[in-house]
Amino acid sequence: MLSRTAANLFWMGRHLERADTAARLLDVGQRITLLPNTASGYQNEWNSLLQASGSADLFAQKYGEISQENIEEFIFFDRENPSSVMSCIEKAREAGRIVRTALTSQVWDALNMAYQDLRQLERTPRDKLDTASLTDVTTSHTSTVRGAINATQLRNDGWHFMNLGYGLERADATARLLDVKYYVLLPRIEFVGSGLDTYQWQVILRALSAHRSYHWAYGGDITAGRVADFLILNGESPRSLITALYEAVWNLEGIAKRYGDTVPTNARDKAREVLGRLQAHDIDMIFDEGLHEFLTWFIGEIGTISTLVHEDYLLGGS
Amino acid sequence: MTYYNEMYEGSQVRDPYARLSQWVETMPADFRQMKQAEAEALFRRIGITFAVYGEGGDPDRLIPFDMMPRVFEQAEWRKLERGIKQRARALNAFLRDVYGRAEIVRAGRIPARLVYQNEAYEKAVVGVVPPRGVYSHIIGIDLVRTAKDQFYVLEDNCRTPSGVSYMLENREIMMRMFPGLFRGNRIEPVDQYPDLLRRTLESVAPAKCHDRPTCVVLTPGHFNSAYYEHSFLANLMGVELVEGQDLFVDGEFVYMRTTQGPKRVDVIYRRIDDPFLDPLCFRPDSMLGVPGLMDVYRSGGVSICSAPGAGVADDKAIYTFVPEMVRFYLGEEPLLQNVQTWTLWKDDDYKYVMENLADLVVKEVHGSGGYGMLVGPKSTKDEIEAFRAKIQADPGNYIAQPTLALSTCPTFVAEGLAPRHVDLRPYCLCGDRIELVPGGLTRVALREGSLVVNSSQGGGVKDTWVLSE
Repeated sequence: MLSRTAANLFWMGRHLERADTAARLLDVGQRITLLPNTASGYQNEWNSLLQASGSADLFAQKYGEISQENIEEFIFFDRENPSSVMSCIEKAREAGRIVRTALTSQVWDALNMAYQDLRQLERTPRDKLDTASLTDVTTSHTSTVRGAINATQLRNDGWHFMNLGYGLERADATARLLDVKYYVLLPRIEFVGSGLDTYQWQVILRALSAHRSYHWAYGGDITAGRVADFLILNGESPRSLITALYEAVWNLEGIAKRYGDTVPTNARDKAREVLGRLQAHDIDMIFDEGLHEFLTWFIGEIGTISTLVHEDYLLGGS
Repeated sequence: MTYYNEMYEGSQVRDPYARLSQWVETMPADFRQMKQAEAEALFRRIGITFAVYGEGGDPDRLIPFDMMPRVFEQAEWRKLERGIKQRARALNAFLRDVYGRAEIVRAGRIPARLVYQNEAYEKAVVGVVPPRGVYSHIIGIDLVRTAKDQFYVLEDNCRTPSGVSYMLENREIMMRMFPGLFRGNRIEPVDQYPDLLRRTLESVAPAKCHDRPTCVVLTPGHFNSAYYEHSFLANLMGVELVEGQDLFVDGEFVYMRTTQGPKRVDVIYRRIDDPFLDPLCFRPDSMLGVPGLMDVYRSGGVSICSAPGAGVADDKAIYTFVPEMVRFYLGEEPLLQNVQTWTLWKDDDYKYVMENLADLVVKEVHGSGGYGMLVGPKSTKDEIEAFRAKIQADPGNYIAQPTLALSTCPTFVAEGLAPRHVDLRPYCLCGDRIELVPGGLTRVALREGSLVVNSSQGGGVKDTWVLSE
């Protein structure tokens, strides 16, 4: 496979996942605004969501004031925001167009439809749009693309590169969101039982579409330790760090097995090592070590793996 | 002027159109609009658009698709096919000749100036004979019809003729939307084209290639207006679609960068023009090409399709000599006729053309896309005078032809079926064999009375049928 093709597939996966994350953030933000605005505290929620997507500074520069309309425009449509849904879908579609030959027509159809529908939304007057439907349209399209990939793509190296992109992006997104809100998860005496903590944890779970699955997995009350465990170490949780990383490793193993000994496997080796370390942790160890320190380490390692993927496969051995 | 309508013989519907005519007559009133919308949605969904960047608006545009097919009988087609293959052989013989001993120039049949001072003549490949002596591997020959048995060649495209993806997709969409039509008519398939193309490319692999040749399609990139076609063909052939940056030269071969390291490339079907192929040999500012590619080509390490320099056979000045090539190289009489052409660098021709501008079509020698031309009978006095001034400034840059009574085909317009002018581009493949699929791209001028079929000037496309015996 051409290195450029692999790179485009990899980034197609990453951008689709990133669009999905952005749409979910918008949904969470929308829920916050529905609650009685007791204090400026909710604005902080927005701000932390913007921070999670790494775009708080850009937003402040361009819009200044945090309002429903501004946020919606920024997270959903704004092409100057590289993490907006529109930017990501456009980049994913452009990458897909470049590697049309590596996609099945179903995948291309789904991707192209996603793009065309968003373009349609973009042309719609904003007062005719509601936030919930924006999120629904996006997640339904990204799921359709993902479904088409899983149902129709050959299980070849290209498939692995796409899913590797998805996996690394998801690991990165979950870790960033946790990192922005890490202090909420730290047990603090004054909040316990005040209701505020439970609410904040719910926001995090919601942002990862995990509030229902959390209850299925743990039952009972929402506690900081369990939320952190669910999002970091629980192998059943689809967006936990360990699940996302496990998928990345699995795909890197697939590539390494396919390519044999002549092609370097530094990315695979690194990913294995990080997964091993994750598996050796339990949640108490992570809290002892410091949640923020742990997440900083993890985000750094994901960056390293991504760089190694480029070095091993995407430069074409020259 | 009266125009030949391909559907009728007198007032009778011709046999090949009989079933279609029935189909149209029995069509429910709102059926056509519904199907037209469906076709458009299909084109857009599959992504068959030609991208136009830099003009604002939606960068992905659709070429209008007309659902009424154009039909050829088997006998009509056989005749065309023989003529096209003959012309393709002559064009390749000419190219082999002018990059070698140039017998045709020595014999005085073609002026040396037209060959050697031609912009498309590549000194860099003089004396280089590509595998099987084939320079132009895909030749698109544009044909127009003026009467039942009268076809003319409008121009030859020996470099990288585009549009074949429309031929294939038009058929695909018609079969999907109207399967009944295909069951009722016996229509020769065209979908073997990509396989034939791949076989043609493989058949001209360099002698240094000992295994099954690795072919690639070289595209300028996804901003190119024909990018869809490039990726479409690569996909159907099962070969990689590469950009210049994916290829590099090492020693005597060309390699592509892959996830498993460098992989050797034997045959390049390039969709970029000569000047951009290799910055070390041609334009030094080209970012699209591959530095050192021409050295590898000249030493027989890679085949380039079409060969650099093939363009010298297809400009409008050389065009007038193609019948002469057929006689000179093949010893045959041309089966397909040229349109009578006045070349304005000859005094007599110049005088005649200037006196009759209002009746003629005048084109730039190197123009294309329907730009830079004058259609005398369709122009105002002012337009004609403005064009006259352009000709006077540089007569050598123009040729003139009579206004042809281009045939029409029934075409769906707002009010129903109406005759619109058409042309035809079949695609001839030249490798170890010369082949063409039964069909081609029919372009139709959708504006009433218009004779210009180019998509940039309001043209559309139709499915083109060849009925089997």
